[in-house]
Amino acid sequence: MLFDYRAFLDSVDRKAYHEGEWQWEEDGYTVTRTYTYSAPGCHDSCGVLMYTKDGTLEKVEGDPLDPCANGRLCMRCLNLVEGVNYADRPKYPLRRVGERGENKWERISWEEALDEIAEWIRVHIDEAGLGRESIFVNHGTGRNISSWVPFLGGACLGTPNIGAIGFSGYSCYLPRTCGTAAGIGDFPIVDASEGHEDRYANPEWERPDVVVIWGCEPLRSNADGYLGHWLNVCMQMGTEFISVDPQLTWWGARAEYWLPIRPATDLALALAWLNVITSEDLIDHEFVDCWCAYYDELKEHVAQFTPEWASEICLVPAEDIAAAARFYANAERGAIQWGLAFDTQVDSIQLCQTVSNLMSVCGNIDRPGTNILVRNGFEINPGYATAQLYCDPDTFAKKLTVDLVHPGCVQFIGMADCDAVNRAFETGEPYPIKMFWSQGSNGIACSATAAPRVHKMLQNVEFCVVADPYMTPTAVAYADIFLPLKTTAERDSMRVWWTPLRAMKAVSEWYEAKSDEELIVALGNKLNPELFQKRWPTLDALLQDYLDVGFNIYDPDTGKSYKSAGRSKAGMVEVDDVHTDYWKKHHDDGECSFDALVRKGGYEYDDFCATYRKYEKGMLRPDGQPGFATPTGRIELVPFNTFTAWGIPPLAEHVESLTADRWLNDPEFHKEYPFICINGSRSYEFFHSENRQQATMREFHPWPLVKVSPQTAEEYQLTEGEWIWLENTEGRCRQKVTIDPTLNPNYVHAEHGWWFPEQEPAFPNLYGVFDCNINNLTASYETGFGGIGNPLKSICCKIYKCTDEVDEPSPGEVVTKLGGFRNDYVAGQPFAWTTDNTTREGGRF
Amino acid sequence: MKGILVNYEFCTGCHSCEVACKKHLDLPAGEFGIKLTETGPYEYEGKTGKERWEWTWLPVLTKACDMCVDRTEKGKLPMCVQHCQAWCMYYGEVEELAKKIDGTSRCALLTQ
Repeated sequence: MLFDYRAFLDSVDRKAYHEGEWQWEEDGYTVTRTYTYSAPGCHDSCGVLMYTKDGTLEKVEGDPLDPCANGRLCMRCLNLVEGVNYADRPKYPLRRVGERGENKWERISWEEALDEIAEWIRVHIDEAGLGRESIFVNHGTGRNISSWVPFLGGACLGTPNIGAIGFSGYSCYLPRTCGTAAGIGDFPIVDASEGHEDRYANPEWERPDVVVIWGCEPLRSNADGYLGHWLNVCMQMGTEFISVDPQLTWWGARAEYWLPIRPATDLALALAWLNVITSEDLIDHEFVDCWCAYYDELKEHVAQFTPEWASEICLVPAEDIAAAARFYANAERGAIQWGLAFDTQVDSIQLCQTVSNLMSVCGNIDRPGTNILVRNGFEINPGYATAQLYCDPDTFAKKLTVDLVHPGCVQFIGMADCDAVNRAFETGEPYPIKMFWSQGSNGIACSATAAPRVHKMLQNVEFCVVADPYMTPTAVAYADIFLPLKTTAERDSMRVWWTPLRAMKAVSEWYEAKSDEELIVALGNKLNPELFQKRWPTLDALLQDYLDVGFNIYDPDTGKSYKSAGRSKAGMVEVDDVHTDYWKKHHDDGECSFDALVRKGGYEYDDFCATYRKYEKGMLRPDGQPGFATPTGRIELVPFNTFTAWGIPPLAEHVESLTADRWLNDPEFHKEYPFICINGSRSYEFFHSENRQQATMREFHPWPLVKVSPQTAEEYQLTEGEWIWLENTEGRCRQKVTIDPTLNPNYVHAEHGWWFPEQEPAFPNLYGVFDCNINNLTASYETGFGGIGNPLKSICCKIYKCTDEVDEPSPGEVVTKLGGFRNDYVAGQPFAWTTDNTTREGGRF
Repeated sequence: MKGILVNYEFCTGCHSCEVACKKHLDLPAGEFGIKLTETGPYEYEGKTGKERWEWTWLPVLTKACDMCVDRTEKGKLPMCVQHCQAWCMYYGEVEELAKKIDGTSRCALLTQ
């Protein structure tokens, strides 16, 4: 049955869905057409119709007139009401009155809260002679906050130390952006017509012939701001698939080739694919000749990496590797959809670059139905780059950078280096972190690798502020001040991640909660009044600035424009005109405002992402010439220039992680820990650690599940739903067995992000956060080149039944009362069993 | 007679139909107006590629389903059809829906 988008559009009764209106009355409800994130955050923002009554959200449905999601919604947004109106949601700012971890609070006013924060910083940082670099600002990955919180860190608190607590190796997304920036100069995503407002009916768009789904389950996750079901539409239009994944996914079961590689051997597979494609001359000659550099060097390098060589490493037949490579390369239009697995291995930065080479040599760049190059809509780029504009340059120079933990590595990322931050917490070197500000993040439940170790770091921090829509384990364990945040339903905000620009209109109210944007305005005017009175005295001014200059600097007195000198550089540079493309398009027609965007239906597509072959049109380079935004103007298949500057060998080679190396080569270790524990695959019910409060999500997914094979179930006499312990050298946690008949018997898969809002919040239970936490078993400080990529998704473990004899002490007791699973960690080293932080020669970065 | 056509070859088991329906009908935990069934995953011996695996989802209408008559009479789609992420559900007259079935993918026509 062929998918027919035009027929769908024609079938929708547009009047019934109030086309042309952004707000109306219907059956006693006020209905608002807007965009949202599943509460509180996710990576997408889909078009919704929000039904409210007397300031309360009562119903949500998808908006069939929205071209992004076409009215289709995931179960989290469909259940938004439960998240927004959750009875135990904090209503007021709180001050801790008991000990940390006792969950005892008193209500205070916003004025008291902000005064107390300002006073603490004045006395304990400024007057104590410390710099603002002694504040660490932590944020989560929800795209509702991941640009706003860094901006708060720089503009309000004046610190350069912003990032994700305990998140070694920046192991999410940054490797993909940097790996492609080095070679291509821009970021490639699969073209499922998402750049066009008319979507699948766009006359220029063609569906891909072959899509490789690699280290990703886009139906459940949202890698690259992507709705994976767009690819389902492509499948219905005839696209064929290849799945590269240790686990069988929906895609693998429908793919022409499923390559179940051993976890974290993706680079070996990618090099072998390049070997096949170059040695069999399956490349796009015209594209390589005209637009790529260093092809001969690449071909010479990959000649050694045969499918037979990769087969030994990946544990997939050589003929399957070669056949799949040919299937991708021979497609007229091929594309690769990648995901988090690319970021969570020590090969990460070279893997991302190498797989982008597969796109490039096959000419699958920026043509319809291939990997298109995308930027944030209208060149609105808030976040790290603008945060540092407002951080004092002398303070910025003290940013915690990768060379502090991995000598020889070069900092090229906007975030503070996660391991350098770990080390500062653990040793006070090069200076102590005195204050921990965490916003929109539940670090110890989710992104913090080596979570028990992170708990040790944070439990003694002198001052901690947690801002969140919900009370979380992170807040109970560490917060001195808790600030209640609004959810998507209460918030006026905007988003770009690619296209279109979308407005989120507040439709309901929640007591004294502030939005992330309102918190920026309140905190900035308190701490940094000179700047904020001039630029962002009000929320309206902040939202207008977002649209006008994206928080860059335009001086109306001199007419001069400035933007930051670069993602990891201090200071600013003068540019011709820093106004966004949105301002340039709409300044004259009076439509450059949040309200105007809301009124026109809440979205607007930009031209950049809708245009194909931008490299031919001079759209990618700052000088306006044809070519790519790289030093040579060509795609650098061996990124000699950029990787060398970053301290990364430009020719890729696969290495194993410390754990994998030991697992493969030390029989005693292998016998003790027989399983590779893959972890962190997403489920439909939850966005990372979110949504656990919602009864409907828990109805579908009540407990954390560990997948085991039928063989493992038989060997260990495990039954479906039974609790088991997972343990390795670092610690243990427990999850419930689910038997996956397709899983490799050498692997298990554990879930991440679990805590139990219905359980006791106080220590030692702490909402059960350590009980089931797979990050009890992961390690920090181990990364690949550039300080990039921690192998957290491919750890090892043993398993055993939960019985009375072995269940005590509980992980919560161990971590919060008994000092943790281990007390022999050395700062800067991942494990107690080795002083190495890499398997490369020398053992150290 | 109205019905819902499910091109279930492409159903991903994402639960959107179930939740969209539950919220609309305000059903308690454990009750559904539409409920997914899962078949597999299991392997067909000797088969390769797309023919190798059986792993299929198919929603079933319960007695609680009223085909969203209150919505459809206003010109709106039934909740499950409107929110189907996999774009594999269609609402209409069963005779018209049956004409869409062309033998290229497995389909089921659901009625009350």
